[in-house]
Amino acid sequence: MVTLSTGSVILVNVAKFLTRRAFSTSRIVEAQQMTVRDALNTGLDEEMERDERVFLLGEEVAMYDGAYKISRGLWKKYGDKRVIDTPITEMGFAGIAVGAAMAGLRPVCEFMTFNFSMQAIDQVINSAAKTFYMSAGKVNVPIVFRGPNGAAAGVAAQHSQCFGAWYSHCPGLKVVSPYTAEDHKGLIKAAIRDPDPVVVLENEILYGVAFPVSDEAMSKDFLVPIGKAKIERPGSHITLVAHSRAVELSLDAAKELAGEGIECEVINLRSIRPLDEETIVKSVIKTNHLITVEQGWPQCGIGSEVCARIMESEAFYHLDAPVIRVTGVDAPMPYTKSLELAALPQPHDIVRAVKRVLNVK
Amino acid sequence: MGVPQLGVLSELTGRQSGCARGKGGSMHMYGKNFYGGNGIVGAQVPLGVGIALASKYSGSDGVCIALYGDGAANQGQVYEVYNMAKLWDVPCIFVCENNGYGMGTSVERASASTAYYTRGDYVPGIWVDGMDVLAVREAARYSVDYCTSGKGPILLEMATYRYSGHSMSDPGTSYRTREEIQEVRQTRDPVTSFKEKIIAAELATAEEMKNLENKIRAAVDENVKKAKSDKEIGLEELVTDIYADSKEEYIRGITPWDRLEHKTLGMAVNV
Repeated sequence: MVTLSTGSVILVNVAKFLTRRAFSTSRIVEAQQMTVRDALNTGLDEEMERDERVFLLGEEVAMYDGAYKISRGLWKKYGDKRVIDTPITEMGFAGIAVGAAMAGLRPVCEFMTFNFSMQAIDQVINSAAKTFYMSAGKVNVPIVFRGPNGAAAGVAAQHSQCFGAWYSHCPGLKVVSPYTAEDHKGLIKAAIRDPDPVVVLENEILYGVAFPVSDEAMSKDFLVPIGKAKIERPGSHITLVAHSRAVELSLDAAKELAGEGIECEVINLRSIRPLDEETIVKSVIKTNHLITVEQGWPQCGIGSEVCARIMESEAFYHLDAPVIRVTGVDAPMPYTKSLELAALPQPHDIVRAVKRVLNVK
Repeated sequence: MGVPQLGVLSELTGRQSGCARGKGGSMHMYGKNFYGGNGIVGAQVPLGVGIALASKYSGSDGVCIALYGDGAANQGQVYEVYNMAKLWDVPCIFVCENNGYGMGTSVERASASTAYYTRGDYVPGIWVDGMDVLAVREAARYSVDYCTSGKGPILLEMATYRYSGHSMSDPGTSYRTREEIQEVRQTRDPVTSFKEKIIAAELATAEEMKNLENKIRAAVDENVKKAKSDKEIGLEELVTDIYADSKEEYIRGITPWDRLEHKTLGMAVNV
């Protein structure tokens, strides 16, 4: 969260940062920090340097340094051939990117937000995701589609949709949704090196957030495996499963609940296709309670999929209460600030849900 | 280049000797330098521009030919990539195969302008008699030269005709007369007229042409027989080649108890 309008908010943010360090399970040798923006920028730079075939295309990615400055400095360093500004024609440039991938290059296609990817979704699904299968393994599509996904702040209905459910629905795609700076760096690199189409769902609000970064993550070969979740915070009373910004909300809720003696285990999914079922099941067997947290809409969302998988797994027999989904409100995003706040799950909503599931006042 | 007869015929019948092992079908055939068949008409045009872009990017003098019909010629994405191809001097040859009908809708009823070779606007266009083998060859030769000399994209409209219906579910006679189809077959058929040209120019005798036709017909008959009798791939291939590198632990089947094993069998030709 980047609002620094009052002194007390600054203190809260500092406190959050300091306490966040205590929750992360990665080993931190030095106290180095990196924003998500810089993590992505570094990841892209490293991969472009490593492999000549990697190039970037999208609106404002070159001369403007990226609408959200993710590609800052890259056009200056690599030039017109490798960082391409496109006209506002998503279907066209996404198709061009897929064709380039079919012919052996490694494009990184940016959607300024994933809302605009709807214009190009046929190219993502029918041209990218399905081609390796339809060609019986003759033509693979090593493409990355990336950009901010889901709710931002004050951008209203057409600019706030979460596409996690839509993309993770389709076989042939890999879909990742990073949270920490390390997640972003490791996953964008893994996605670029992957021989299959990968959708990288970022989050505009997270871009400016700084996270502690381990020495290991500073390496040019640091990768985060696609398909593996991470336990951000171990706990024994209840499991919270989330992706992207919802992980932050879950961690905030967990901190508040810890003060009341309730220990939440927070799982950062990192990938939503494949979904790390094993990690979730193992956690539920330990805690016997599960809440899924997401900013997207409830119907057919990520939480729904997690619930279904738990029902179909051994974990069902270890549940002491039904699985509950905490989601965005089932309505288009309003512009009105107070309504927008009420449309998205806040830490106190998660706290409320945890207490209800655990039958605690 | 190209796909052998059996590869095409068996792909139509969905058998293992098909060029995509029967998994693609009529709309999704692939081979070396042939990136498909696309079921979403018009979607292949941006793909073609991307393939041509890759040639330019890697410094080769390759070009890409992106073909689409008169029906798909109205697709917005085609205009989006006319723009980008021209803007970036991409060596793509756009080919509009105008056979007079979308599925059952004639060009006059679908397009405000049926001069498809002009629809590229700032992309230069050439109208070609698509029923004349030599004209098509010359136009292709010209276009390849044009693109490889760095002049950017070019558009060819091939005037042709479709004898049968659009697909298996279209008899092809509800929107035109049988006389119209007969007339084209008798006066403009490309194979017949080319054969007549060859004989008239005394490059081969009628006898030699007859023998050639018989040989080809025999080969086709043979391959049709194979395509009809060859077996389909095994059930385990239902879940192969979904990914070049699968990260899934298992592929979920019909019920949660059906955990299927993914395998990557294919060797991608474009890598």
